[in-house]
Amino acid sequence: MIFNEKHELIRQLAREFAEKELGPIAEEIDQTGIFPMELYRKMGEIGFLGVFVPREYGGAGADHRSYAIIMEELAKVSGVSTIWMSSPNSLHSTSILRFGTEEQKEKYLKPMVSGEKVFNFSLTEPGAGSDAASIMSTAEADGDTYVINGRKTFITAAPVSDYAILYAKTNPEKGVKGISCFIFDMNLPGVSVGKPERKMGMIGCPTSDLVLDNVRVHKSAMIGKEGEGFINAMKSLSIGRLGVACQALGLSEAAMKEAVKYSKQRVQFGKPLSSFQHTRFTLAEMETKITAMKHLVNDAAYKMDQGLDTNKESSMAKLFNSEEAKWVVDKALQIHGGYGYTKDYPIERIYRDVRAASIYEGTSEVQRMVIASKILN
Amino acid sequence: MKILVCIKQVPETTNIKINPLDNTLMREGISAIINPDDKAGIELALRIKDKREDADVTVITMGPSEGIKALREAIAMGADDGILITDEVFSGGDTYATSLAISEFIKTLEYDLIITGRRAIDGETGQTGPEIAENLGIPQITHCTEFEIEGNKLIAKRQFDDRYHIIEAKMPCLISIIGEKINPRYMTVRGIFDSAKSNSSCEKKDKKKDRIRVLNYDYIKEKIEASKLGLKGSPTFVKEMVQGISGKNGDKLTGLTEEEAAEAIFQKIIERGFI
Repeated sequence: MIFNEKHELIRQLAREFAEKELGPIAEEIDQTGIFPMELYRKMGEIGFLGVFVPREYGGAGADHRSYAIIMEELAKVSGVSTIWMSSPNSLHSTSILRFGTEEQKEKYLKPMVSGEKVFNFSLTEPGAGSDAASIMSTAEADGDTYVINGRKTFITAAPVSDYAILYAKTNPEKGVKGISCFIFDMNLPGVSVGKPERKMGMIGCPTSDLVLDNVRVHKSAMIGKEGEGFINAMKSLSIGRLGVACQALGLSEAAMKEAVKYSKQRVQFGKPLSSFQHTRFTLAEMETKITAMKHLVNDAAYKMDQGLDTNKESSMAKLFNSEEAKWVVDKALQIHGGYGYTKDYPIERIYRDVRAASIYEGTSEVQRMVIASKILN
Repeated sequence: MKILVCIKQVPETTNIKINPLDNTLMREGISAIINPDDKAGIELALRIKDKREDADVTVITMGPSEGIKALREAIAMGADDGILITDEVFSGGDTYATSLAISEFIKTLEYDLIITGRRAIDGETGQTGPEIAENLGIPQITHCTEFEIEGNKLIAKRQFDDRYHIIEAKMPCLISIIGEKINPRYMTVRGIFDSAKSNSSCEKKDKKKDRIRVLNYDYIKEKIEASKLGLKGSPTFVKEMVQGISGKNGDKLTGLTEEEAAEAIFQKIIERGFI
C-alpha cells in the first residue's frame, strides 16, 4: 500500500482545513488578490509549510506523500493557496536543505516553515524562461562580497518577500557551470520589485519583476559552492513539479465535483444534463483521467519517499496532470454552458487557475525534454 | 495533573442505517468521526495542558478497533496517549453496561479530572458520562461550556435553560461539555506522524514506547462478571428505531403589521428558549 493510517489522518486534516479556512474566502481572495497572511502563518503552525523539512529546522518531519495529499486537498478549494504552500516546501527549502550550510539552515528554515518570513525563488529572467541556463544576472566577486546585478521576472511573491533565493552568473564564460545561488534580505540597498503582474488566474499571490542594482552580499550568502547553482535549481524544481502535478489534480477534482453537481441540477429538453449520454461519457472520461493523474502523483511521491531519483516521475506527473487538467476543467466548464463563462460559478476561477499548471515550474515542453533525456541517457 | 477524556466515534453522516435485526446502528461503510462534544472536551483538556506543564491528557474510547484512528487524531491534536477498550464482551451494551465497563478501566488509572461530551450525536442519551461519575462515586457537573481549576477545585459554567450556573466541585470530578461554542484545534502534521509511532496490546504497558494501549475484558475480568456487560448486561431493550422525518412545516403568522410580525417572532424566540 502506498498510503497508511497516517496519510488518512493527513487527508482528514487537510480537507478540514481547506473547507473551514479556505472555502469561505476562496472567492474573496480571487477578487481582491489578497491572501491573508494570518492564514499563511496558521498553515505554518499546522505544519503545511515544511511538511518534509526535518524537525530540527522546525519542519514536520513527514513525507512527500503527505505533501502531495495536502496540496491536492487544498487545491480542491483554492488553487492559489497551493502556491503559498508549495513554495516553501519545494523551491525555497530544497536548495537550503541540500546545499546550505548549517548556519543557513538554522537562520532561514525555521522562519520559513513557520510562515513568519516569506521567501522567493528568483531564477527566471526576461530572456531566460525555459532556457534557464541563459540567465544574464551577474554576481561579481569583490573581496569578501559579491555584487549582484540583473533583472528577474515572474517572481512569485517578490512584492511581499523578506528574503530572495537568487541565481546569478559568477563566471559567465562557464555557461551552466558558472551559475551560483545566493540568499539575501530583500531590504538590502539596490533591491527593488516591479509592479505585480495582472495575471489571468492564481490570483492572490503577487508575481513581479525583481531588479538588482549593485546589490552587495557577503560571500556567506552563497548557497552551495560557486558554480553549483544550476544543479541546485534543477533539484529544487524536481520537487516543485510534484507540487504542480498535485495542484492540477486537485483543481481537476474540484471541476469534476462542480460538473457533477451542475449536470444533475440543470434541466434541458425535460431532463437533467446528467441523463444525456454525451454528458455521462464526458464525465466518465474526466473521472478516468483524474484517476490516472492520482496514480502518477502517488507514484512520484512514493518513490521520493524511498529516496529514489524521481526527475522522470515528477516530470511525467506534471506533464500529464497539467495537460489533462486543462482538458478536464474545460469539459467541466462546457457542461456548465453559458453559466460557466460567468463569475457566478466556481468553475470560471478553476478554469483560469489551472491554465498556469502547464507553464510554470517548467513548461510541458521542458518536461518532455526532461523525460526524453531520462529515457535516452 | 491527570486528565482523562472519554470520547466516542460516531458515524460522520446523518444518513445512518439501522440494523432491522437488533435495532442497532449499522456502522459498516460509514466513516466515523469523534463525537463533536467529545472533541470539544479534548480541546478544553488541551487548553489546560497549554497552561500547565504538569498536565497529562489521556483519551479513552470504547468500541471496535477503528477507535484507534480517533485516538490517533486526539494525540495528533496534542493529547499524550490513548486507551482503546475493545472486546466482544462489551458489544451491544447500553449506557448502563458501557459506563460500568469504562468505570472499571478508569479505576485502574490515576486521574484528577474526567471530561466527557454532553452527549453523542448517534445515541443522543447523554447518560454515559453521568453514570461513570456515579459508578466512581465522584462529583459531576454536566452541560459545562467552560471551566477553571483553582487548587483542587474545579469551577465550571453550566448551561441551564436560559441561564448559566457557576458550580464548584472538588477534584477528582467529572464534567460533561457542550461543544457548540468551542472550536477544537487542528491536528498538526508533526502530531499525526508522532501519533502513529506505535501501539500495543495490553501486555505492553511501557507508556514511553506506546502511546496507544489496547485493553480487553481480561484486564478487568477479576473485577466484574461478563454477564453484567455488553448486550447481556443491558437493561435497555430497543424495541424499534425509526428514521426521523425532516422538513416539518413551520408556523405561519399572517395578517400582521411589520411591528406585530417582529414582536411575534421575538416572542417565539423567547418561548423556544433561544434567548
